[in-house]
Amino acid sequence: MFYEMADVNFSDQNFEAEVLKSAEPVVVDFWAEWCTPCRIVSPIIEELAEEYKGKVKVGKLNVDENPSVSGQFNVMSIPSILIFKDGMPVKTIIGAQAKDNFKRAIDEVLSS
Amino acid sequence: MYDVIIIGSGPAGLTAAIYTTRANLKTLVIAGGKWGGQLMLTTLVENYPGFPEGIDGPVLMENMKKQAEKHGAEILYQDFKKGDFSKAPFKIVTGEGEFEAKAVIIATGADTKWLDVPGEKEKIGRGVSSCAPCDAPFFRNKKVIVVGGGDSAMEEALVLTKFATSITLIHRGDSFRASEIMQKRVKEESKIKILFNTEIKEIMGENNVTGVRLFNNKTNKEEEMAIEGVFVAVGHIPNSKVFEGIDRDERGFIRVHDHYKTNIDGVFVAGDVHDAEYKQAVTAAGFGSAAALEAERWLENR
Repeated sequence: MFYEMADVNFSDQNFEAEVLKSAEPVVVDFWAEWCTPCRIVSPIIEELAEEYKGKVKVGKLNVDENPSVSGQFNVMSIPSILIFKDGMPVKTIIGAQAKDNFKRAIDEVLSS
Repeated sequence: MYDVIIIGSGPAGLTAAIYTTRANLKTLVIAGGKWGGQLMLTTLVENYPGFPEGIDGPVLMENMKKQAEKHGAEILYQDFKKGDFSKAPFKIVTGEGEFEAKAVIIATGADTKWLDVPGEKEKIGRGVSSCAPCDAPFFRNKKVIVVGGGDSAMEEALVLTKFATSITLIHRGDSFRASEIMQKRVKEESKIKILFNTEIKEIMGENNVTGVRLFNNKTNKEEEMAIEGVFVAVGHIPNSKVFEGIDRDERGFIRVHDHYKTNIDGVFVAGDVHDAEYKQAVTAAGFGSAAALEAERWLENR
């Protein structure tokens, strides 16, 4: 198809440990199989994971398989990209975007 | 230096790229981060010739992109920021770089037009949506409203029948402008209720949508309706604002001078960014090929 899975997959089970308690900021791509615009974002997320290695954790969360986290953070449109810092969502980007929009948001979180 | 830079990657832009590359012109497509245009937000496209069973919008766009790449088009997934069209070669600035071209084809299409009512903007992505194929599953067992009277509104309503318990389709006019076949499908669907002469005045709710205030423009009566999702399909706005120095009409469509030319010599235009009339994938593709042929001719005769 259009993309491959990123290495890091978040879930209802590992979300607290991997995201909320993470020492570094975390970028979470909320996606689903049926969501076509998510196919645009997926390869960008993988590039970001590579570019921010060591500074930011980047991964995906399948909303169909993980309804609890999606509900908790009020995700009602995908792709939604949430950036977490110190256990809190600090940025929400809804819809497919250019890569530089994501980079700007991550850089702002890193410098805050 | 490119022979042609094409700004936009919907059917118009990618068709133009197929033609310019096959004319052996060095071509760069500024595809944007959100490439592919409006068809990326659709499901089955049934009126694009050559696919008797229909084809998924995103698959059609992926194929067009592959076809352009196969003939040598370079595709850049960055957003257009600004252009200097005051002298040749034209300068194009994106989020990450600067490029030069002898000729430019503008094919940036159009984006969702929102309702512009109180409570809408802050709830986009939290119950307000313009893309049922993207967001419909979040409205499983919920009540939703769809606004609009064209084919897109019909498609949104039909997609939602798979998930929502009830769909109210409202339109400010007293009849739909959608194609007969789409109207028929909507009218046959028991989950869809149709309200004509009806507009949304306000979208209520704190973090999520909890209801709407409806206004009947015939009786002048207002009523509130409890609802959890609002899908907006009232048309599109041409993406033309970013092009300084290029003439536009009062609605924002780029003005076309004979045969797909803008007011600037060497800058051409194709697709929904100038087309207020047809707005079809196939017409956009047709405009794209015509603009590419015009650009080719112009480069030859220079």
